[in-house]
Amino acid sequence: MSGTAVMRFRQPSVLPGFGIALGFTLVYLSGIVLIPLAAMILKSAGLGWAEFWRIVGDPRTLAAIRLSFGASLLAASINAVFGVLLAWVLVRYSFPRRRLADAMIDLPFALPTAVAGIALTTLYAPNGWIGQFLATLGLKVAYTPIGIVIALTFIGLPFVVRTVEPVLREFDREAEEAAATLGATRRQTVFRVILPSLLPAILTGYALALARSIGEYGSVIFIAGNIPYVSEITPLLIVIRLEEFNYAGATAIAAVMLAISFSMLLIINLIQAWSRRRFGHDG
Amino acid sequence: MTVENMLVPSAAGTAAPNRYEATSETRGVRIVLIAIAVLFLALFLLLPLAAVFMEAFRGGIQAYFAAITEPDALAAIRLTLTVAAIAVPCNLIFGVAAAWAIAKFEFKGKSLLTTLIDLPFSVSPVISGLVYVLLFGAQGYFGPWLSAHGIQIAFAVPGIVLATIFVTFPFVARELIPLMQEQGTGDEEAALSLGANGWQTFLFVTLPNIKWALLYGVLLCNARAMGEFGAVAVISGKIRGLTNTMPLHVEILYNEYAFSAAFAVASLLALLALVTLAIKTFLEWRFADGIAAAGRSH
Repeated sequence: MSGTAVMRFRQPSVLPGFGIALGFTLVYLSGIVLIPLAAMILKSAGLGWAEFWRIVGDPRTLAAIRLSFGASLLAASINAVFGVLLAWVLVRYSFPRRRLADAMIDLPFALPTAVAGIALTTLYAPNGWIGQFLATLGLKVAYTPIGIVIALTFIGLPFVVRTVEPVLREFDREAEEAAATLGATRRQTVFRVILPSLLPAILTGYALALARSIGEYGSVIFIAGNIPYVSEITPLLIVIRLEEFNYAGATAIAAVMLAISFSMLLIINLIQAWSRRRFGHDG
Repeated sequence: MTVENMLVPSAAGTAAPNRYEATSETRGVRIVLIAIAVLFLALFLLLPLAAVFMEAFRGGIQAYFAAITEPDALAAIRLTLTVAAIAVPCNLIFGVAAAWAIAKFEFKGKSLLTTLIDLPFSVSPVISGLVYVLLFGAQGYFGPWLSAHGIQIAFAVPGIVLATIFVTFPFVARELIPLMQEQGTGDEEAALSLGANGWQTFLFVTLPNIKWALLYGVLLCNARAMGEFGAVAVISGKIRGLTNTMPLHVEILYNEYAFSAAFAVASLLALLALVTLAIKTFLEWRFADGIAAAGRSH
């Protein structure tokens, strides 16, 4: 459109309403999201480096961050494996109630986290439906870090499935036929032809599940047991600091989490940019 | 959808001959994979859902109805509906405005703006509540001014509404933007050249084109608005009968060991989730072309 060297802010259009639509968007975005987030960052910056590091370097904070990361990594990994399997089964095979199963995948998005939290706790408590079987094996799930992993696996379940599904559906079957005619076994075709091209989608889903899990609160706090240094996740520690009216403590920990979230967002965007270059589609 | 059905090999293996014999797994492998998938879904999705309803009715139907019609529960239901009734329309108007600007015009900084709109999804719900406490709480930036003027935002309904708007911020916009980009500006330009004004063009040309995606976004936005826990827990103060939403009421009952009552209120939220999923699936199935982002993750 613009042949000139210096592009104007907006390219000309006959459609009306640009000014008011963009103006409203910017005011609303700033008021609801940007200014409150900036205020929080400003507040944590006001603490000064020494105070900030004293709070973040506190053993209890570090234990919480380590736990949040560890449990989230584990849950996202479980979801990566089962997510690919689920996407594969839902796209490639037909079986009774396949559509219902496909619709059910989104349940963790739709079910309020508090409801998921109490339901999972009831199931995995030592006297619960699943918990009593695990108890006979000597395995305690509820009120331990394993319970946290279970809750995070639940809420992260849809991410990998939903990012892999469309890519798998669009996958060119001719590549598989070519591999087969060239003498590849089915196993070789799956692991060396299909899975590599699903990789960006798997990574994107993994990163999305991870990002969601690190910040998750509602579904975890019921099952976690919430013992400091053992089963206390980072978002819960923010809430505890806030309830103690320790605003500085809450803000500093929140700033660290925000930095982690932004890095995750950056990583997801990088994966998608790489995927677009390499495979011609988003992850 | 038709392409998909064509590609799916028949698991029974009896009817039509399989077009892709060389590119499918043996029957045994297929059955094992399907079994693992079904088992995983049953264990992780169906069982928790079943547990909610089983526990809710453990004390009998009468206890169930007593739990959901008790004054604090009714106040929580009323507050949840009120908050959603304010937050969802706000994000609906924002979503349409943002999508109009981003999808129909070319301007600098567009991709940055799109990223910023998605930002609330990557922020922990607890932080979404915390930012408003820091702004409007007693020790917050506007706290002294607000209390001097007798206005309460944090630990009151306005705070809950703000936190809910924050966490549901991108839902409508992100459904509309890709669809409206796909649709381009041709229809609107035609309407304008035929003498329609801006509003007429929007109401009679754009709106019919995006109505299913709009409904889809509102549906997801509403489900999250009514079910939000973390952000609301931080800012509400959890005052019974006053600033207690349904998810918070569930937590309070549960922590008081009133398990049946907690699950009774939780079952209403689970029902909301099921209805949301049913309508969502119906929209994706019936109006797939009108929902660009269908099947995409959140």
